[in-house]
Amino acid sequence: MSGEVKKVTVFIMGQKYEVPEGFTILNAIEYAGYQLKRGVGCREGFCGACATVYKLPGDYKLRGGLACQTVVQEGMYIAQIPFTPAQKATYDLNELKPDVTTFQKLYPEAFRCLGCNACSKVCPQEIKVMDYIQAIMRGDIALAADLSFDCIMCGLCAMRCPAEMAQYNIALLARRLYGKYMMPKPEFLEKRLKEIEEGKFDKEIEKLMKMDRESLAKKYSERDINFEIT
Amino acid sequence: MPYPESMRESLKMVEKTRAKRVELAKSGKPVVPPLTLEEREELLKKFHPDYQPDAEKIIRVGPNKGEKMTAQVVDLLESHSRINPDEIDLSSVDFDVDVLIIGGGGAGCMAAIWAMKEGAEKILISTKLRLGDANSMMSQGGMQAAVNPHDSPAIHYLDVMGGGHFDNKPELVKALVMDAPFIVKFLMELGVMWDRLPDGHLQTKPGGGTSRRRMLSCRDYTGAEIMRVLRDEVRNHPDKITVLEYSPAIELLLDDKGQVAGAILMQTETGEYIVVRAKSTIIATGGFGRLHIKGFPTTNHYGATADGLVMAYRAGAKLLYMDSVQYHPTGAVYPEQIWGFLITEKVRGLGGQPVNRLGELFVFPLEPRDVEAASFIKECAEGRGVKTPTGRVGIWLDSPVIEILNGPGTIEKQLPAMLRQFHRFGIDIRKEPMLVYPTLHYQNGGIEIDEWGRTSLPNLFVAGEASGGVHGRNRLMGNSVLDYNVYGRRTGIKAAENARKVKLGKLTLEHVRKYEDELKEAGIKTKRIAPILFPDYRNFEIIKKHRKFFDPFVGFALTGWQE
Repeated sequence: MSGEVKKVTVFIMGQKYEVPEGFTILNAIEYAGYQLKRGVGCREGFCGACATVYKLPGDYKLRGGLACQTVVQEGMYIAQIPFTPAQKATYDLNELKPDVTTFQKLYPEAFRCLGCNACSKVCPQEIKVMDYIQAIMRGDIALAADLSFDCIMCGLCAMRCPAEMAQYNIALLARRLYGKYMMPKPEFLEKRLKEIEEGKFDKEIEKLMKMDRESLAKKYSERDINFEIT
Repeated sequence: MPYPESMRESLKMVEKTRAKRVELAKSGKPVVPPLTLEEREELLKKFHPDYQPDAEKIIRVGPNKGEKMTAQVVDLLESHSRINPDEIDLSSVDFDVDVLIIGGGGAGCMAAIWAMKEGAEKILISTKLRLGDANSMMSQGGMQAAVNPHDSPAIHYLDVMGGGHFDNKPELVKALVMDAPFIVKFLMELGVMWDRLPDGHLQTKPGGGTSRRRMLSCRDYTGAEIMRVLRDEVRNHPDKITVLEYSPAIELLLDDKGQVAGAILMQTETGEYIVVRAKSTIIATGGFGRLHIKGFPTTNHYGATADGLVMAYRAGAKLLYMDSVQYHPTGAVYPEQIWGFLITEKVRGLGGQPVNRLGELFVFPLEPRDVEAASFIKECAEGRGVKTPTGRVGIWLDSPVIEILNGPGTIEKQLPAMLRQFHRFGIDIRKEPMLVYPTLHYQNGGIEIDEWGRTSLPNLFVAGEASGGVHGRNRLMGNSVLDYNVYGRRTGIKAAENARKVKLGKLTLEHVRKYEDELKEAGIKTKRIAPILFPDYRNFEIIKKHRKFFDPFVGFALTGWQE
């Protein structure tokens, strides 16, 4: 980075630093001299390890975001939340029913939702968190699974919730129930598994395995490419 | 950060050629004819980073002594241990377990679940960051499995071998393709939400180097969906599976009979050593993206520093194809904040087209990754790339084509992560293309295994990206997610079986001393320490002011903002 880069002032855990404009919070923390051993993960917005809260000057609001996806602003006050203490029920999915009673038993706190929407407002994925919790309260697991699908489990919703639930764990249960019990079953998959079990492909693969490099390359070059949906 | 004026002229040319390119795609034929095997080789030799003269050097110590490997890998392996064997009291064992799993990503979690199913009662997962913090979480595009009637495991086999330049170990590929449909079902029964057609049939897309639609997906959060389900399942069994977070392994332990017998862990925050004795040990530490080979940015997780490779090599395990690096063709180039981030291959699977500065097609969009990447590098090297204000260069990946071909709403439904990623920086990929260039993505080689994930060392197993042989010298899209599931399961089963019969002797770190002697004999003088555990992106000016460049904890500083 050249010396001409414009700098902005940020406060990391209350300490003042000058960092280049355009940096993400994660880049800024590292630029300031920290080597992270917590609160950092995939660095691309998929893992939820770098949940961060911040305030902007002249604004009373406590905002949330992912450190790796949020660009620093002048006067930003930054604190990372590398871990969220949260309820996680343990269960055997095989013994659960995909209905509202499961949630009443495993996550009764979900039904304390006050409808304040603080969870949705803080979500860095812009997920309608409150809406999926409300869907679960109504027993609409399919909707909850769909609405919550892009959740990266960063924990910010749980930190803001006045009903003190961990929405992201509740949503995970909803999706697992939906995936296991409620999605339409792929019929052909069973057929394919049976074919494999009966050894339908064994001979062909054994033959390919025994081929020398040249004949295999020839066979590869001659293979047909067919992207039709079957 | 919408596209600046300087890039607008090229954008206009892309828009101008779009209608014609859409017509071409609608014809059903490839928009550019795929290259022949000979043409592929020629392109790779000229433009793939692996083929450049400074890409490799000869390793002077260890089981692969005398072989050529990627230069940065040689540097990593020719290094000192983090520990002084004399300082560790092996008579005091902190954990005595059936199965130790090093790494808490997809392979590690799958191995834990299957070791438990197979009867292991004491399973320990050691992980550097949090459980599930791994490349597994980041996979977007999908997982391959031959689940269509006109496809078969045999056709899958042929695609894998061809993609890997026929260097793959046949028995490993057989296990990969034959287990695939079972893995689909297993994950489905754990609650993974595979994308479906309305009748329930699994939705499949083509991928680079596949000859059929074989890519199963969960929107473009495929890896995240599988990883969070596997992690949840691991956490449902605290009675049998213990998870130690922020506690990476830093050396393997052997016994006096030469068997692998566990590992030394280090708590990264307190710095304390943890001695684990294990009847079976599974390395599932992933790959080496954070080594930033040849200065490339990477799609990889912060923890992808090839720790397992170092430990296994010191203990005497042989490595395979460590001269081969996968660069993903489509890493983000603009905006600067997401430089090197992964743009999923699913974009091309859905019809997205790579085009140059002039809006011209120049390559079949679904070549195997090494070929596709080399063609992008060629296009830029020959002056048909697009420059960004910070001086980076790339080619366009025309995503608006997707909406025209598949109908409006397709991107929101199928590529929500991509849409969100660019939307955060003011670019709407439904209306404008993305600028891309190859980015360091995958460790093609690794520790040599057999079809059950066993290594040449007794009691040591390897699963996932840390292993070598499954993908030859180039992995196809969707086969890494499949790999870690297939071999996570296989090693879990065998590790549990092995634990029932193994008798361990006296614990030792003698191999660490021996390796140190070997370094001395070879005349290697270095300050490098490995595993490095974390890359270092601190501001170089600050490091210079406050501490030594070579940090004994960090190992060696790697590329970062200081460049």
